[in-house]
Amino acid sequence: MKKFNKEVYANPNRVTPAKPVIFNEELCTGCNACMSACQADVFIPNPEEGKPPIILFPDECYYDGCCVEECPVEGAIKLNHPLMQRVRWKRKSTGETFRVK
Amino acid sequence: MSQDSSYIKWPYPVLYGDEDTVSCDVLVLGGGIAGCWAAITAARRGVSVVLVDKGCTIRSGCGGPGCDHWAWSGDNPACTLSPDEMAHDLMEARSNWTNGITSYINCASGYETLLELEHMGGKIRDTDDEFKGAPFRDEQTKMMYAYDYENKTVMRIWGATFKPVLYNELQRLGVTLYERCQATSLLTEGGKVGSRVIGATGLNVQTGQFVIFKSKATIIAMAMPTRNWVFSTEHRGMSSFKPIVNSGNGHAMAWRAGAALTNMERSMSMLLDSHSTYPAYGDGNNNNTWHPCNMVDADGKEIPWYDHDGNIIQDVESRSLPSRLGQKMFLFVPGLGGKSAYDSKPPMLCPDLQQRVLKGEFKLPLYADLTTMPDYERRVIWGVMVGNESKTKTPILKVYSDAGFDAEKDLLQSYYMLGGSSMMREAAAPKERMIFSGGGGVVVDWNLMTTVDGLFAAGEQIFSTNGHASAATTGRYAGKRMAEYIEGKDISDPDRGQIEREKARVYAPIYRDDGVDWKEFNAGLCRIMQNYCSDYKTESLMQMGLEVLDEYEREEVPNLYADDPHKLGRTVDVMDIATVDWLIINACMARRASSAYLNFDRLDYPQKDPPKWHKWLTLKLEDGAVKHGELPIDYWGSLKDNYEAHSKGQRG
Repeated sequence: MKKFNKEVYANPNRVTPAKPVIFNEELCTGCNACMSACQADVFIPNPEEGKPPIILFPDECYYDGCCVEECPVEGAIKLNHPLMQRVRWKRKSTGETFRVK
Repeated sequence: MSQDSSYIKWPYPVLYGDEDTVSCDVLVLGGGIAGCWAAITAARRGVSVVLVDKGCTIRSGCGGPGCDHWAWSGDNPACTLSPDEMAHDLMEARSNWTNGITSYINCASGYETLLELEHMGGKIRDTDDEFKGAPFRDEQTKMMYAYDYENKTVMRIWGATFKPVLYNELQRLGVTLYERCQATSLLTEGGKVGSRVIGATGLNVQTGQFVIFKSKATIIAMAMPTRNWVFSTEHRGMSSFKPIVNSGNGHAMAWRAGAALTNMERSMSMLLDSHSTYPAYGDGNNNNTWHPCNMVDADGKEIPWYDHDGNIIQDVESRSLPSRLGQKMFLFVPGLGGKSAYDSKPPMLCPDLQQRVLKGEFKLPLYADLTTMPDYERRVIWGVMVGNESKTKTPILKVYSDAGFDAEKDLLQSYYMLGGSSMMREAAAPKERMIFSGGGGVVVDWNLMTTVDGLFAAGEQIFSTNGHASAATTGRYAGKRMAEYIEGKDISDPDRGQIEREKARVYAPIYRDDGVDWKEFNAGLCRIMQNYCSDYKTESLMQMGLEVLDEYEREEVPNLYADDPHKLGRTVDVMDIATVDWLIINACMARRASSAYLNFDRLDYPQKDPPKWHKWLTLKLEDGAVKHGELPIDYWGSLKDNYEAHSKGQRG
């Protein structure tokens, strides 16, 4: 049976959506090309060399995807659409519906 | 936790108050499409150019991520209209409520600007022969056209390639870039309002350093204001059509320097600036980028398209042909008010769709159905248009495809009427207004110089100018005029008092560690505009709005705080938003008549568009107060003659 984590801290609410992009830490080399292409300057460099930048201002993301385009490693950074803005579609042949993920 | 940064020191050196001074011939404020083009054409004439951009120039600005159609190029060889005819038709279609100077520059030099882009490495034609034989493709030139396949007024282009090639060209030409540097004010001779502009001040939004730019000519090339009526302190960016950084900095600094602005009373209810909608071009629709897509209801029943006179259009191709016999051109975005909009009405999806849904004829939700479109239309909408327009390349085309959306098999859901109804997507609340297409800005002459000597403007900075092609062509034209203007001019030393006053204004928020932050202030400002300057305006309501703005200025601006250089930049932005709000309300009070084209309703002056109000109302700062003025609606004189005279044989 799962154990409760009873070590609880007093944290303020987070600004949300908090993750406009998701990094794959295995693939990301920490080159900061994404950071340099961000027009809203939402990232700061990670103090730990080789690690993905920190998303300091997620609420300012414009979701233009230029960070993804400038990334030299396919799959190292992925745009993450906010839940309430994920559009749905319907497969015509089956009627099954899907959404952006 | 990797995302918890509370223990991390600010990663850049903090240089609050330090000064960096730089001199140049031509100073460009704003690194979007207009600013890049102005810098490039000035630099090509051998003058020294500094470009200041609060973002990253490789991708900054509304046009940084992309652009799918290049509007109104009367100089393209396949177009059936001459630049002159096109400009006049465009003006007429908008009852002359648009800018003749910038419209003409766009119509007369759009194609030659595109050819330059191609030379720099941008993709402007179907070089891979992906659309061989399609009715919108010219087989000889491989150029592709959109909306009107007969008159060929608008071109389809691969605009996601454009900004990086402009950036490379800036570097090749040796333009000095000040990126992550926000222009905060214009410097004027003797520090006086209305005197010649001799430079500008900037704030580095990573270090907080203050930069003093000295120049012989200066251009403001920043975007139309946003966030005046609508701002969410949290989620916003995914659905917003405009970058969050657009806050009317150029409008505010031009005003403070004494330049005249006009048409600031025009705004509209639209969901393009709202946090409550869906990604632009990312939901099922048939407009603009998605023209002429099939739309079906929940049972797959097709919704008909109609021509100009209300007849059902039977085939897909006719949706992209003139809507009636003899129609020379049509606007591709319907819904612009004014009686002459009738002549330019495009083929449209069922105009009474809402009533027919309410009667039960069509069942919600609706869907965009690319599966039944001809193959070339499906691939050009989903792949070229969605894939290059604005920010669609990654957020829509890539993300949706990665999640499994297949345009050959799937119907994309439309949110039309799921929350109400509006032109493009679901309902905009009446108070969700924005300055959009055709909005206000600075007054310019045929050199694209403002009413203040030495200060030029391009792109959305100029009243009633918008769109990627317009930004590019006006920036390109202005850069040349600036290079001509500086001949025989010297660099002047700015007034120290003006610099000290600006430093005190800009840095004030860092001396406080509590109070009101920029986001709360922005949302508060929006309330003022929603309540006192929204859909229904009266003199007394707007007077109340000005009083509340003054109260904010006295009581809340002194409470603004910022704890790092980034937030300091955002705080300077919201102070500019307050200035723009003040301009908007003053402009709205000056217009004592309602107007369909301006989307302007005064309860105390309900008559729409009385002829005597068919004129531009201007406002500028003089002796510390608003000085109102007016200009004839066609103050630019003969478009063709003036264009030829001012471009002096060098085309563009």
